[in-house]
Amino acid sequence: MSDIQTNISAGDVDHADGHPGDVILRTEKLTKHYGGVHALVDCDFEIRKGEHVAIMGDNGAGKSTFVRQITAVEQKTSGRIWFDGAYRDFNGPLEAREAGIETVFQNLALADHLDVPDNLFLGREKTLFNLGPFSILDYRGMREATMAGLQKTGVKIPNIRNTIQYMSGGQRQCVAIARTATFHSKLTIMDEPTAALGVQETAQVENIIRTLKEQGEPLILISHNMRQVMELCDRIVVWRRGRVCANLNVAETTGEEVVAYITGAKTQPEYASAA
Amino acid sequence: MTDTTHGIGGLTFDASKRDWPPEAGVAIALVLITATFEILGRLIYGESFLFNTREGVDGLFNTQRLQVIILQVSIIGIISLGVTQVILTGGIDLSSGSVVAMTAMIAMSFAQVGDINGIPNSRAVFFDSGWVNLPVMLPVLVALAVGLCAGLVNGAFVAYTGIPPFIATLGMMVAARGAAQWWTAGQPVSFPTESYAAIGGGMMPVAIFVGLAILFHLILKYTVYGKHTYAIGSNEAAARMSGINVKRHKLMVYAMAGLLTGIAALVLSSKNLTAQSGMGLMYELDAIAMAVIGGISLQGGRGSVLGTVLGALIFGVIISGFTFLKLDAYYQEMVKGGIIVGAVVLDQWRQGRAARKM
Ligand SMILES: Nc1ncnc2c1ncn2[C@@H]1O[C@H](COP(=O)(O)OP(=O)(O)OP(=O)(O)O)[C@@H](O)[C@H]1O
Ligand SMILES: [Mg+2]
Repeated sequence: MSDIQTNISAGDVDHADGHPGDVILRTEKLTKHYGGVHALVDCDFEIRKGEHVAIMGDNGAGKSTFVRQITAVEQKTSGRIWFDGAYRDFNGPLEAREAGIETVFQNLALADHLDVPDNLFLGREKTLFNLGPFSILDYRGMREATMAGLQKTGVKIPNIRNTIQYMSGGQRQCVAIARTATFHSKLTIMDEPTAALGVQETAQVENIIRTLKEQGEPLILISHNMRQVMELCDRIVVWRRGRVCANLNVAETTGEEVVAYITGAKTQPEYASAA
Repeated sequence: MTDTTHGIGGLTFDASKRDWPPEAGVAIALVLITATFEILGRLIYGESFLFNTREGVDGLFNTQRLQVIILQVSIIGIISLGVTQVILTGGIDLSSGSVVAMTAMIAMSFAQVGDINGIPNSRAVFFDSGWVNLPVMLPVLVALAVGLCAGLVNGAFVAYTGIPPFIATLGMMVAARGAAQWWTAGQPVSFPTESYAAIGGGMMPVAIFVGLAILFHLILKYTVYGKHTYAIGSNEAAARMSGINVKRHKLMVYAMAGLLTGIAALVLSSKNLTAQSGMGLMYELDAIAMAVIGGISLQGGRGSVLGTVLGALIFGVIISGFTFLKLDAYYQEMVKGGIIVGAVVLDQWRQGRAARKM
């Protein structure tokens, strides 16, 4: 099922500010096979400091797979990743995160039986005394930082001390987004952050993204929402069957053209192998 | 913006109305079961289960019975504290009983006296080497080390080979029992030094159990170790994506369980003044049962040390209650089995109901 929305709201296209600087992330021939499934093939991708790049493509095109390779949630089959000044081969998600990549995963990566602050700080808890694994948790500090983070992002959760297991899909998504927004990073990745959200909440998330843009923080946004992508991003990279098939400047393209690339009606000459 | 009482979609939230913790249900069950024995005792024998009815003895409660109730579950309770952590990560440990036997046999060998009433104790395992009358620190350290090693092996298999915990610890269950028999070719190890015998004497097992329970309650609730234990049981993939070293943490949890089993072996062999290769039989199942009755979810991520302690007490009350009512041990086992299954059904039902309520 393809849920691409082509209703581009003309007028407030906002991509002029934030001058792209040096490259922050580049992949070279990044490839991932799941047994016989070639989910990602020879992917060359680049994002510069301050740039907001959208990744679009049909379901199963390999977008989330790409995210999982960059963040080292999975071990890539082949290819190289250049991040923040050097070739990096992250050994697990913790290293990617420590290097400065914050991610909202499509499946959100939340622990159901923990509450909001616990989830926000999962894997990098605030502690009072450093006793290795037996460091004492700074519950109060985490709670206060959570409240501040939620307020900053405009996310409203009835009671942050409830476990998140019965929260609505949108609320859970807000927790996951607040998590990335609370920590400063060199690169933020959001995999379909507004997929489950209502109108108001989508607007809130888009505001968070605009704030990132103002602060000059680069973002990779995976989305099926054409209006959103056209409004928030500088560039659109289109994925098809595991390959990149187009690299488009938002200012120089239209929604119809992007759809043509997504569906396979068009392919850029330099990506002819993807056709 | 500062108003957080409105949820997404404008729902209101009543802060005064919080869900009951699952431990409350376990505590109520404990009270109900105790009350049942009290009523049955009075109806059938005209005796009180819990209260002091003897002439000339002070005190409201039958202290002797209370002591027995907790003393008889203390040693398995210590094991259960470790099993609780393993189950919280979504795993299981079937090796505890055998590891108790193996650890007790080996540790006790370093705690034997050189002579009994002036006659040389030539059957001591290390008699020929002259390793008798050793300071008590040595067998204690040996017990901790053997338990820890067994736990590390369990943990290494579970974490790094990806085989199910059920299989890894089943292997240890069989192997450790074999090691216990091999150590002395099946001979019991007896006659410990006085200081070794003091470890599990009197109410010491209770003191050790309660002390460890408090310690692990604090660890699970207030440390990073505890938080990660819950996170892994709740959603292992999320824990990994959040940067938790899931494999290393599992190794630590199983090692911790092994260490606690080692302590249990120490206390048990000291209390019995002997170690035999057949000891600790079925302890693993009782330890799991205590945790499950105490509300530790077998799916992981839910439950607490407090629940396990309450579960252990329910266990103790049932055993004492059946003895008190002069019912055969067969009934005891049958009812215990029923209660274990009942506790799991209740856990499933509780989760289902909570989901429907939302
Ligand atoms: N662990 C796996 N084992 C086998 N195949 C996999 C695995 N993970 C992903 N795939 C396959 O890889 C392909 C790409 O999946 P991916 O999740 O990257 O798609 P996507 O572009 O993110 O789609 P969507 O828009 O639906 O999120 C799919 O065909 C999927 O079935
Ligand atoms: Mg995806």
